[in-house]
Amino acid sequence: MKRTARRLVIDRIACTGHGLCAELFPEQLALDDWGYPIQSPGPIAGGDTRHAQRAVAACPALAMRLEAARG
Amino acid sequence: MITDIRTPQPTPGRGRAGRPSLEGAHGERLLAGWSRTGAPTELPEHLDRHGPVPSFTAHDGEHPLIEEIARAGLAGRGGAGFPTAKKLRAVAGAKRTDRVVVANGMESEPASAKDKTLLRLAPQLVLDGIVLAADAVGARQAHLCVAPDTGLDQRLRELVAERRALGIDPIEITVRTPPHHYVSSESSALVNWLGGGEAKPTTTPPRTAERGVGGLPTLVDNVETLAHVALIARYGADWFRERGTAESPGTTLVTLTGAVAEPGVYEIEYGTSVHDILELAHPVGDAQAVLVGGYFGTWLPAAEAAALEYSAAGLASAGASSGAGVLAVLPPHACVLAETARILEYLGAQSSRQCGPCLFGLPATAGDFAQVAFGQPDREGTERLERRVELLLGRGACKHPDGAARLAASALRTFAPHVRRHLKWGPCPAAVDARPLLPTPAETIKDGDWR
Amino acid sequence: MNALFNDPLWFTTRASGTVAFGLLTVTVVLGVAGVARYAPARMGRFEVAALHRNISLLALAVLGVHIGTALADSFVPIGWTAVVVPFLSPYRTTWVGLGTLAFDLLLAVYLTSAVRLRIGQRRWKAVHLCSYGAWAVALFHAAGTGSDTRLGLQITLYSVCVAVVLAAILWRLYTVGPGHLAARVGLATASVATVAGFYGFLAAGPLAPNWSHRAQQAQSTEPMGERR
Repeated sequence: MKRTARRLVIDRIACTGHGLCAELFPEQLALDDWGYPIQSPGPIAGGDTRHAQRAVAACPALAMRLEAARG
Repeated sequence: MITDIRTPQPTPGRGRAGRPSLEGAHGERLLAGWSRTGAPTELPEHLDRHGPVPSFTAHDGEHPLIEEIARAGLAGRGGAGFPTAKKLRAVAGAKRTDRVVVANGMESEPASAKDKTLLRLAPQLVLDGIVLAADAVGARQAHLCVAPDTGLDQRLRELVAERRALGIDPIEITVRTPPHHYVSSESSALVNWLGGGEAKPTTTPPRTAERGVGGLPTLVDNVETLAHVALIARYGADWFRERGTAESPGTTLVTLTGAVAEPGVYEIEYGTSVHDILELAHPVGDAQAVLVGGYFGTWLPAAEAAALEYSAAGLASAGASSGAGVLAVLPPHACVLAETARILEYLGAQSSRQCGPCLFGLPATAGDFAQVAFGQPDREGTERLERRVELLLGRGACKHPDGAARLAASALRTFAPHVRRHLKWGPCPAAVDARPLLPTPAETIKDGDWR
Repeated sequence: MNALFNDPLWFTTRASGTVAFGLLTVTVVLGVAGVARYAPARMGRFEVAALHRNISLLALAVLGVHIGTALADSFVPIGWTAVVVPFLSPYRTTWVGLGTLAFDLLLAVYLTSAVRLRIGQRRWKAVHLCSYGAWAVALFHAAGTGSDTRLGLQITLYSVCVAVVLAAILWRLYTVGPGHLAARVGLATASVATVAGFYGFLAAGPLAPNWSHRAQQAQSTEPMGERR
């Protein structure tokens, strides 16, 4: 079974800038001057999926989810 | 003032062959009535010119009007330029059978006057369009949203009542006046407000076509788009395509403002050069730059802008888009940085303050920009500004920060030599002395102002 | 030592209750630290969050021991139903009942946290705010039921727990501003009043003479034997 590529989607209204995500998924997330995530574009690299899942689960505002990357 | 309407120039008998009565003296379609009489088109005149609203009853599969609109290639006139037929299809194909139509006449862009003008001069076309779109998507309720401070709402309610009394409209059109802030005319914000919430943009998906007013599939279309629908329903796609280009067919309304002798709303044909469009309003002196599209738009040097074809593809070739249909001319003795700084400050104040990048990043960007325009900027500050502009892109639930970033970036890019001048010598005389050209209403939005 | 071996269940119940309360206190403080964006220099924010979660799970495990040994102890009749339905225990109905109530609230908090991604932020948060109430109810349960309440060390422990939670809440209410001033002042007042009420209760109840008798007498028709 081929693993489908996934991407991280941030709900910008729900996000309250706790910044846990950037600690847990630094491969794709950094923080701006006010602690809100800056996301590098593109789908999640295969090996980083666990990190992305941890970031999603840890978000205190539930502002992130993983989706199938658009073809 | 920019809300002035162009002086009618009656030139009788100069219509297009075959259909002399459908177009105005200069090829106007939406504003044909105004072009001929110089007055808002009343219902009897409207019916006399266009006849009753066509009805589409028996049809298998897709609604014939949606097919016709798809063939006409009508694109939304609210700013995004999305294909109207696609939007109609999304709502018509929704699972829930109860659907809603929202006509967006909010026009929150301070430099734009086209929607207000259309609603004043040709309201019957908009009302026809609402009824037709509702029929096409199977909606039983329709809302017409206009800004509360225009006085349009009372007039439109009277017109709706008049049509109801004559049995013209099979469904009731409710005229609504949501709070009038820059972002509250965004479709998800309107839908949220109509559903009892605040007039703030919401997270998408779900799109309004799936979950709109009260959770029902909702079509949100700009009032000008709907007026075109009223004409396409009567005269067909081929007629619609007689004007404009293959990719951008038809006519459209533009607001010409800034350093022009006759500012106002004009109906033009897609494919006309920006130069010819600006000539309609008689530019004053040698223009320095043109703001294309409005406050989410793009600054272009006047010569470059003038040479462009006014169409989606033509403007895109210079990295611009028609947006809300604003063309603002910057006179020679004005500072593009000062104008941009004021607009950015305005946009920052208009944020719905929901997303961090817009809540903190936009005012900070505006502050950095103001430093470049009015202060004693240093290289470090300018670099920080460039970085912050970059960081506004794609980081909001709606496109508010993106639009502001686009404006800021185009000013910095197009007028890089002028930025260097400010860096070296401080603010130019125009930044300090010139009167603001574009309107940036000062308004502090309080928490309760979104209901 | 002798008593410990003679009565292992009873001692385990008391010890695990005290430890569980301490762990809940730490959990509450870490939760407040997280929501107030406390970012220690040598620790990631995600570690604060992970500690909050893991210590809460440890507290749940210890709570399981506390409840299990209390039920297994044949000397105090509590009954299985009293584990989840408050105020059914024949033994110190009110004070054990408060423990059940706290447990129910905590169960709601644990269960909603387990399905947080599914039920959405708003509902999860509404339930999660019950943890403050659960902690306070557990405090009164501990002092009202516990045989150790009169010990100086035990009172010191409660006081430390009360102090850190109160400090955390007040700090949170202070940093969350500006705005909602009335609500913040109201919540601060309620927190201080709860603490004052607790010490008032301590003085009038467990620290006053003959508490074990009164705690039982208050509801029960059937006086229980006193155990030391």
